[in-house]
Amino acid sequence: MPLHLHLHWIDTLIIVLYFVFVVAIGFLLRHQMHTSEDFFLSGRRVPAWITGLAFLSANLGALEMIGMAAAGAEYGMLTSHFYWVGAVPAMIFVALFMMPFYYGSRARSVPEYLRMRFDEKTRALNAMTFAAMTLLMSGINMYAMALLFQAVLGWSMSLSYWLSAGIVLAYTITGGLTSSIYNEVLQFFLIVFGFAPLTWLGLRTVHGWSGLKARLAAMHLHGYMHMWRNMAHPGQNPMGVEWFGLVMGLGFVLSFGYWCTDFLVIQRAMAAENMSAARRTPLIAAFPKMLFPFIVIVPGILALALVPAAQWPTVNGHINYNQALSLMIGRFYPSGMIGLGLVALLASFMSGMAGNVTAFNAVWTYDIYQSYIRPGRSDRHYLHVGRWATLGGILISIGGAYLVSNFNSLMDYMQLVFSFVNAPLFATFLLGMFWKRTTGHGAFWGLLAGIAAAAGHFSLTRSLGGPGGWLGVWHTYPSSMAQNFWGAIWAWSLCMIVTMLISLLTTPRPEAELVGLVRSLTPHPEEASVAWYRRPAWLAGLVIAALVFLNLWFR
Amino acid sequence: MDLRQPIGLLFSIFGLLLIAYGVLHAGAGMLRSGINVDLFWGVVLAAFGMLMLWLAGRARGRSK
Repeated sequence: MPLHLHLHWIDTLIIVLYFVFVVAIGFLLRHQMHTSEDFFLSGRRVPAWITGLAFLSANLGALEMIGMAAAGAEYGMLTSHFYWVGAVPAMIFVALFMMPFYYGSRARSVPEYLRMRFDEKTRALNAMTFAAMTLLMSGINMYAMALLFQAVLGWSMSLSYWLSAGIVLAYTITGGLTSSIYNEVLQFFLIVFGFAPLTWLGLRTVHGWSGLKARLAAMHLHGYMHMWRNMAHPGQNPMGVEWFGLVMGLGFVLSFGYWCTDFLVIQRAMAAENMSAARRTPLIAAFPKMLFPFIVIVPGILALALVPAAQWPTVNGHINYNQALSLMIGRFYPSGMIGLGLVALLASFMSGMAGNVTAFNAVWTYDIYQSYIRPGRSDRHYLHVGRWATLGGILISIGGAYLVSNFNSLMDYMQLVFSFVNAPLFATFLLGMFWKRTTGHGAFWGLLAGIAAAAGHFSLTRSLGGPGGWLGVWHTYPSSMAQNFWGAIWAWSLCMIVTMLISLLTTPRPEAELVGLVRSLTPHPEEASVAWYRRPAWLAGLVIAALVFLNLWFR
Repeated sequence: MDLRQPIGLLFSIFGLLLIAYGVLHAGAGMLRSGINVDLFWGVVLAAFGMLMLWLAGRARGRSK
C-alpha cells in the first residue's frame, strides 16, 4: 500500500469547491466590518452554537489532528486522557467560573483582563509572549501540514505554505474574526464528516471493538485499549506516566492552563452575543470534544492494527506515527472520499491557522500597538492596523514555517519553551479571579518564577531517550511526557506560592476597583431569564455525567 | 448571513457529487472495502446539507 495518494478529478473538484466556499464567506462578511470591535470581536453578536463550535475548531489545528491520531497509534486509548481528563473538565471550569469575569469585565482580550485586574507589566508580559508564541505555533502547524502533503501528494513545502496562507489571508483580512469563526464552524463539520468514515470502515474491517482488541492482543500489544487499568505505575503503560502525574500535570495544570487562559479559544467566547451565550460556548464545545477520540484516536489505533509495521514510513529508523491518518485514508477511501479526507485535513489546518492569526492580531492591535506604540488614535485607525497585522502575522507564520523546515530540531525546542511559558499561567488567573488580595507585583513575579521553575526543572531532570538535564540530572523520568507533566506541576506550584507571598507583602488594590474582576466582589450572573435547558449549570451537569460514563466504560 | 446556508449548500453539493461518482464508478476500484463508500457517505452528506438548508429556510420564514 503506497503512502502516496492519487488525486482523481473529483478529488480536485472537491478541494477547489472547499477553497471557493471559505473565501466566499469572508467576502460576504466584509460589509459587516465597520469598527475594530467588529473585526476583532465580531461585534459581540454571534450565537452560542456558532461560538461553541468555533471554540472547539480553533484548537483543531494540524498538530492536534495529526498528533492525536499519531498518539492513538503510539499509546492507544490512553490518548483519550487528553480529552476526557484533560480538555473537557477545563472547559467546564472556564464556562462556569471564569467566563463571568472575562465576558463581564468587557475586556477585549485576555492580556487586557490582566491589566484591569493587575497592572501594566503583567499585561505586557502576557501579551508579548502570547503574540510571539501564537505566530510561531501557527508556523509549526503549517510545517506539520506541509510535511504531510509532501508525503501523500508530492506537493512542495512552498506550494503548501503559500497556497494555504493565501487562502487564510483572503478570508481573515476581509471578514476578520467573524469570518474566521464562521469558517471554523464549516471546517468543524468537514473535519467530522471527513474523518468519521475512517472509524466506521476500520471497525467494520476488524469486526468491531472486540475484534480490534483481539487483533492487538494477537500482536502482543497490551494496555492499549484501557484508560485507567494500567495507570498505577509508569512502567505499566506505553505513556510512561502514573495516575497522579497524569491527573495533576495534564488534567489540572496543562489543560486548565490552555483552555482557561489561552486567548485563541477565549476570544471565541468573548464574541458571543451575551453573557449566557459566552458561558454556554465552552459547554457546547465540550459535547463534540468528548466524541473526538472516536474520530481521531480510534483511526490511529486502527492504523496500528491494520497496517503492517513494514509499511509505516520511518524517520531515522523510528516509525513515523504522524502518517496514521493518511495511511488510513489511503487504505479505505476511494476517489471522491479521498478529496473529502484531504479537505478535512486542510480544514483542520486552516481553522487552526486562522484562529492563531485572528487571536494574534487582536492582541497585537489592542495590547501592544494601542497600548505602547500609538495610543489615542481613532477606532478606524486601529481597524486598519488590524488588517495589516493580519497580513504581517501570516507572513511571520510563513517565516516560522521556513525556519522550522530548515532547522527541524527547532520545532521541539520551541514547543518546549512554550510549555515553560504556559505552565504557570493558570495559577495567576486562579488567584486573580478568586483571591481579592492578589496584587500586580505578586502576579508578575509569580509568573516569572513559574516560568523559571519550568525551565529549571527541565534543566535538572531528563527522560529516557529525551533531551534535558543540561545542568545536572537530579531525576530521570520514564518518558518525556512524564517529564513534561511534572515540570508543569512544579511551575504551577511555584507560581502559586510566589504570587501569594509577594501579594501578602505588597499593597492590594482598593476593593472598589476590583468589582467585576474578582469573584467575591462580583454579583453572580443571573440565569433565571434563560430557558432551563440553556443554563450553564445544567449543561455542565450533563457533560460531567457523560464524562464519568466514558471514563468508566473505557477504564 | 445565516451560516447554515453556506454549510448546507456545500454539503449538499459534496453529497450529490459523491453520489453521482459512486453510481458511475460502482464497479471499478470503488469496492476496496466491500461497500460503495462514495454512494453511501454521499447520501449522508447530502442529507446533512439539506437538513441545514431546511433549518435556515425555516428560520427565515419565521423572522418574516
